[in-house]
Amino acid sequence: MTDTAARYTRQDYQTDQEVRWCPGCGDYTILASVQNFMAGLDVDKEKVVFVSGIGCAARFPYYMNTYGMHSIHGRAPAIASGIAVARPELSVWVVTGDGDSLSIGGNHLIHAMRRNVNIKILLFNNQIYGLTKGQYSPTSEVGKRTKSSPTGSIDHPFNPISLALGAEASFVARTIDMDRDHTQEMLQRAYDHDGSALIEIYQNCNVFNDKAFIQLTGREERELNRIKIEHGRPVVFGPDDEYGVVIDDGAARIVEVSAVGIDAIHVHNAQASTPAAAFALSRLSHGPYGPTPVGVFREKPRLMYEDGLQQQIHDSQADRGPGDLQALIGSTGTWTVE
Amino acid sequence: MSETSTIEPTDAEAQNVSAVAIRFAGDSGDGMQVAGTRFTEASAIFGNDLATFPNFPAEIRAPAGTLPGVSSFQVQIADRDILTAGDNPDVLVAMNPAALKANLADLAPAGTLIVNSDAFEERNLAKAGYDANPLTDGSLDAYRLLEVPMEALTKEAVKDTGLKGRGVLRSKNFFALGLMAWMFDRPHEPTLKWIDEKFGNDEAVRSGNELAFKAGYNLGETTEMFRNTFEVKPATLPPGTYTTVTGNQALAWGLVAAAQAAKLPLFYGSYPITPASDILHELAKHRNFGVRTFQAEDEIAAVGAAVGASFVGHLGVTGTSGPGLALKSETISLALILELPLLIVNVQRGGPSTGLPTKTEQSDLLMVMYGRHGESPLPIVSISTPADAFETTIEAVRIALKYMTPVILMSDGYIATSAEPWLLPDVSQLPDISVSFATETNGEDGEFLPYLRDPDTLARPWAIPGTAGLEHRVGGLEKEDKTGDVSYNPLNHEKMTILREEKIAGIANDIPEIEVDPDADADLLVLGWGSSYGPITSGIRRVRARGLKVAQVHLRYINPFPRNLDEVLRRYPKVLIPELNRGQLWRLIRSEFLVDATSYSKVQGQPFKSIEIETKIMEMLES
Repeated sequence: MTDTAARYTRQDYQTDQEVRWCPGCGDYTILASVQNFMAGLDVDKEKVVFVSGIGCAARFPYYMNTYGMHSIHGRAPAIASGIAVARPELSVWVVTGDGDSLSIGGNHLIHAMRRNVNIKILLFNNQIYGLTKGQYSPTSEVGKRTKSSPTGSIDHPFNPISLALGAEASFVARTIDMDRDHTQEMLQRAYDHDGSALIEIYQNCNVFNDKAFIQLTGREERELNRIKIEHGRPVVFGPDDEYGVVIDDGAARIVEVSAVGIDAIHVHNAQASTPAAAFALSRLSHGPYGPTPVGVFREKPRLMYEDGLQQQIHDSQADRGPGDLQALIGSTGTWTVE
Repeated sequence: MSETSTIEPTDAEAQNVSAVAIRFAGDSGDGMQVAGTRFTEASAIFGNDLATFPNFPAEIRAPAGTLPGVSSFQVQIADRDILTAGDNPDVLVAMNPAALKANLADLAPAGTLIVNSDAFEERNLAKAGYDANPLTDGSLDAYRLLEVPMEALTKEAVKDTGLKGRGVLRSKNFFALGLMAWMFDRPHEPTLKWIDEKFGNDEAVRSGNELAFKAGYNLGETTEMFRNTFEVKPATLPPGTYTTVTGNQALAWGLVAAAQAAKLPLFYGSYPITPASDILHELAKHRNFGVRTFQAEDEIAAVGAAVGASFVGHLGVTGTSGPGLALKSETISLALILELPLLIVNVQRGGPSTGLPTKTEQSDLLMVMYGRHGESPLPIVSISTPADAFETTIEAVRIALKYMTPVILMSDGYIATSAEPWLLPDVSQLPDISVSFATETNGEDGEFLPYLRDPDTLARPWAIPGTAGLEHRVGGLEKEDKTGDVSYNPLNHEKMTILREEKIAGIANDIPEIEVDPDADADLLVLGWGSSYGPITSGIRRVRARGLKVAQVHLRYINPFPRNLDEVLRRYPKVLIPELNRGQLWRLIRSEFLVDATSYSKVQGQPFKSIEIETKIMEMLES
């Protein structure tokens, strides 16, 4: 592993293309995290494919020196599914934004997760349409004033983690652009997972929606608001872990640990038989407002679509032999004219 | 020689006829498609030439006994080469009053009418809108009416099988089939074997169907009522091994064959849609060929997954019908600018919108030609008959691979669901259509230029993931010539637009010139495309049988057109273009060649009848 990993540096994953995001965009940080992470991976660079749709985040493949496709709005999970199903040995990554994956491409996102195709979906959530210059997105908060909602948005937003859990996703995580170590840890966990993986990455758009995540990134606020969830550990947070989460009647709520005792605090289980508790955690905040969990919500392997398909091909060939085309075209009955 | 025979009534025990058309009609739950298909199969094995026309409602089970619920299956069998299922059936089997009412107008003059008399009771008559019972009011006197109490006789036949309730009458289609097997002297074996295979795991149903079939046959043999049978001798088809094939089946097999000929795995992304779903069903059976079928969440994902598969070196194919093709449009344009091979199958149906899902039409031609944003020319290849689907599919794939382009393959509901005999090809003789993936860099400085074109075909290299050193990015943004980098340069955009256009236009040099069917010196050329081939050709035969001359061209390649089409069109003072649309090929021909052609349009969800083509040609010749 070390030998292989040593083959690449971050530079190997950089392209000669000028990176054209706005100065100060969170996408730069994520790009660096991904390039660093990829350089350390035990995978041949030519077996990596990045697919994106449309939006600021979707420029990502141009900046990764791998195989890549900058496709059309919302369709990256569908295209990536074709890639992964056709060539299961490839490492297939989707880069998408909140508009791309939750609005125009919502259908493909949920079905890719449901099918458990082995694609890793990085959802850059900045809660705004950046490329089209600042309309509200399906994750923007109610009341948000934008060019297309001058009197305040009346659209109720999606909670991407809740959505993914409801869509049968086998791996769901959240991280924050500014936290490179945590981002890389989430990337590794997603990569190691057999099946579709969604990572919601809170990404700051400093032009159209600056400081949307300030409660999780601000020096003052973050300690009080970041709830790092870890499998097998009680869900506690705060400068001295003085706060915790309890789940009763299916709902999670925040308590002072001292008031209920550590034994009453919910122990996170990312591999639980149902995603119910993870869902309850995802409802602690509906957007990055107040204490918000980050980390792996769910990591529960099940049959990957392409494995199922490969198995059927294998079984069918074992059973019937490799296809005989001449026999096939005569298979519904023939007659001979002398 | 006429396409549809008219049976002369005689007293002979077995009339010898050259061709006869039979239509089975009943409720959509009556099993008419099964009866027709089995009759077809037996006729094929007997050695007749044949053509079929299934016609069914979009509703799976419309209210029983009503006109919208009527389903029919017409088959023409002949001792000679025929091209259509016949304009008018010589024999109509009607399982209830609604089936009679919906189909009687088509029955040939003095045709044979066999009705299930048990169904002609008050309630069914009312549902079909009959005020009086047509069996008794004299309205059917012009036909040879044979009343058979099929339900009572079926009940009697299956009484010992253990079938109960509705199950008893389910076998009545086999009773009707048995009766027709006797009347046309069809072999029993294929039908009995099929019943065994299909219903082998349910003895009551298996034996019920077999007993009903035999009872129908025996009724014919023992009853005075059925003195007349028909003898249609085997056709003298070219020697070889044949099968009966529908267009969807031949197309699916053509895809499997094309993948083998291209030495690529086949990836078929599709979303269920009438009348294309059977392609998905057929391919899904053949995992042992390495076929990957992907039933996507929608039409867009179906083509998207196919594009993804193509990007990584599979033969990416998607299949649909008009409404689905509309949804795929944006992704097809993506594949076009990515310059990846992709086959898009469009099995057309009546439109717009949901339109007539189970009926045929040729009205998507302008959509596939022009219905994309931007300057986006694509090759269009068209299937003419069910059996033709196999070879034309392989040809469409050849073009897609060689020119690194999406190709649209046009079929329609009539081709998809109807059947004809097919002389099986020797698959070892299939053309090699394989292409090479790029393995080396191609730039002067050792770099890889994904848009450096082959000077002959203008195709770009196909470098697939897994190939070290050729990592590259493609995308929907305009490409810089050669490098494929994103470019907003005005002149580059114009250059790339023209290069993409020239690449498609150049395919004209790689497809055969058209040959005009006999009568090259005629005054009139009939130009057609798609499933109208059968009716047009048989209509022309009728005209030629009168000693008149008509030239015929039927297009397989619609974009680009064959390179000599312009010259051929100019040879004829008159050009007639029959189409199941409002003149879409006609518009293309006029705008492309400034030829004053005449459009002959039909948009009834039904194929042309040969006589309609004959009449129109006569009108043109006489004017």
